[in-house]
Amino acid sequence: MEGGFGSDFGSSGGGKLDPGLIMEQVKVQIAVANAQELLQRMTDKCFRKCIGKPGGSLDNSEQKCIAMCMDRYMDAWNTVSRAYNSRLQRERANM
Amino acid sequence: MRTHARKKAGSSRWTMAELGEADEAELQRLVAAEQQKAQFTAQVHHFMELCWDKCVEKPGNRLDSRTENCLSSCVDRFIDTTLAITSRFAQIVQKGGQ
Repeated sequence: MEGGFGSDFGSSGGGKLDPGLIMEQVKVQIAVANAQELLQRMTDKCFRKCIGKPGGSLDNSEQKCIAMCMDRYMDAWNTVSRAYNSRLQRERANM
Repeated sequence: MRTHARKKAGSSRWTMAELGEADEAELQRLVAAEQQKAQFTAQVHHFMELCWDKCVEKPGNRLDSRTENCLSSCVDRFIDTTLAITSRFAQIVQKGGQ
């Protein structure tokens, strides 16, 4: 990614700060944080659904379950996201 | 006049020197928009925390319609619950004050 997180960004050699460029960095950081949150929660949920008595390693069925669980978690995420968005719009329409 | 944004070594805070007034207003607007989006996302995470357990049994090849309906309803019922609790709590507090 151009500019990186630690470098001088959003300004071109002594020029003014560019809100657009700053926001690009902000959005990236937010996206990274969100992905971390998603993975942590997904891992939690899928561990609970897929791993019964923890054995010496993840067997085939457990690994398959984890893969499917991840896909279903993201499907569920989208469903919930849509439902929430619809509800917000309905509430706004009623105001 | 220095116009760079510099990240202090070891800290995660930016020090802004000069931002034009228009740019600062624009930045505030954009940041507010991102905050709103972030709030939405945080709320979705929270719904998932509750609704996944209630609605999803064993993860299959796809979400069936029963599960999808459950997830949608879960969101609505949680919001209804929030509203119900808020309004009843207001009543309780009001009665308590008399």
